Amino acid sequence: MVKFIRHQVKTFGLTELFKGLALTGKYLFKKKITVRYPEEKTPLSPRFRGHHALRRYENGEERCIACKLCEAVCPANAITIESEEREDGSRRTTQYDIDMFKCIYCGFCEEACPVDAIVETRVFEYEFQERGPHIMTKDKLLAFGDKHEQQIAADRAADAKYR
Amino acid sequence: MFDAIQAFLSTFLFDWLAIVITLVIQALVVILPIMITVMLLTYAERKVIGYMQVRMGPNRVGPGGWFQPIADAIKLMTKEVIFPRQSNKFLFIVAPVLSIAPAVAVWAVIPFSPEVVVSDINAGILYILAVSSILVYGTIIAGWASNSKYAFLGALRGSAQKISYEIAMGFALVTVLMIAGSMNLSEIVAGQQGGILNWYLLPLLPMFVVYFLSGLAETNRTPFDIVEGEAEIVAGFHVEYSGMTFGVFMLAEYAMMILISFMTAIMFLGGWLSPFEGIPVLETLFAWVPAFGWLAFKVSFLLFVFLWLRATFPRYRYDQLMRLGWKVLIPVTIVWVFVVGAMQYFKFGPWFN
Repeated sequence: MVKFIRHQVKTFGLTELFKGLALTGKYLFKKKITVRYPEEKTPLSPRFRGHHALRRYENGEERCIACKLCEAVCPANAITIESEEREDGSRRTTQYDIDMFKCIYCGFCEEACPVDAIVETRVFEYEFQERGPHIMTKDKLLAFGDKHEQQIAADRAADAKYR
Repeated sequence: MFDAIQAFLSTFLFDWLAIVITLVIQALVVILPIMITVMLLTYAERKVIGYMQVRMGPNRVGPGGWFQPIADAIKLMTKEVIFPRQSNKFLFIVAPVLSIAPAVAVWAVIPFSPEVVVSDINAGILYILAVSSILVYGTIIAGWASNSKYAFLGALRGSAQKISYEIAMGFALVTVLMIAGSMNLSEIVAGQQGGILNWYLLPLLPMFVVYFLSGLAETNRTPFDIVEGEAEIVAGFHVEYSGMTFGVFMLAEYAMMILISFMTAIMFLGGWLSPFEGIPVLETLFAWVPAFGWLAFKVSFLLFVFLWLRATFPRYRYDQLMRLGWKVLIPVTIVWVFVVGAMQYFKFGPWFN
């Protein structure tokens, strides 16, 4: 009987409904977690895998030695490499293309590279509006690396002790 | 107030012209603020629900997203109105008109403050009940004219729901009539004079809840918006509507929300009366608030509750909805009619003297 009365009081007192309202009412005043993207940005990890770049040594010599490990490891077959012997006898690439449409940004190329030549930077705000520009050639990748070298080096340094 | 305008105009115009101009002024004075309130309400809805879901809500158009409703209006007005194949074009166009017309017409008898009412008729509540019931035709005709099964199902659900909840709503109003002894809305408010204890909220607390819930169901708001039930019937009776025809349905829905809030405030929360009446210090402290200020405050709070409920509760299943309407709300109202009768017989409290 007591149980019955308690149940009726609960039902007609709308207690459960008020509990729900109290919860949403509390959330009304909570701090909003939305990030207003173009103005605000979330922090990125130094391991962030964004746009690719080819790096150079400090003396200006390109790092890539055309070992083709990245090409072999690439699960999406996005990398195409051709190589030949340069005048000074070292092996260098003549063609280093990354198809950005095929790339899945897994970072395997970066891991496979023995000389830290191909890296993925934290730049992710880029787009392609037509076919053609989406093939990143060696020149474009090297230029991109030159442009962002400071950031790339800083990210590698920050992550160095975990590698 | 409007009589004075008419008298002033007829000093230098034909009498019939003065009457026509006064009517137009009356219509504009009521409709324009409502449309602006609807605009603000759509913005408030998205903002409040956003905040309750720990989001920001619209914040791109203008400072703080304040121009969002204007952007929405422009979008709706410039979009194409698509007529479904083999739909009844005449009824397809008539349906939104049939929903907006009653939603606007009911405002004729709503008193905004002691003197400001377009037409102070004695059967105010009857008029509101009668006119707002016409709203259901908009839903049914829209569903039928669309020649779409989803729209038709939505319309059927909507009409059944509205008709069921109108009974509970009517009974809730009957108790108000019993207490006030008048169908004139201004007199109903006047009967609640004398502080927060004299409001009909206290003796009619269950009726207040029932009326508000039925209002939710009447306006197809969550948790009773099975008419639109996105998961089951896409968008219900207005699936096939686009552009401004759809916008008109939205306008009608929000205008009805505001109307239900006004009605609740007038019948149960003392309308334009100050809640501090008779309390020594507070009464003088808040004496500067105009009559309409209190009404607007109460209405905005009730509208906020509308949005609050939408952010909180999931949608009722159809059979649960019907069960609530027929087996809970209507019995409760009938019982309370007798309770009010008993209270009246025994001259109970400050309400029945």
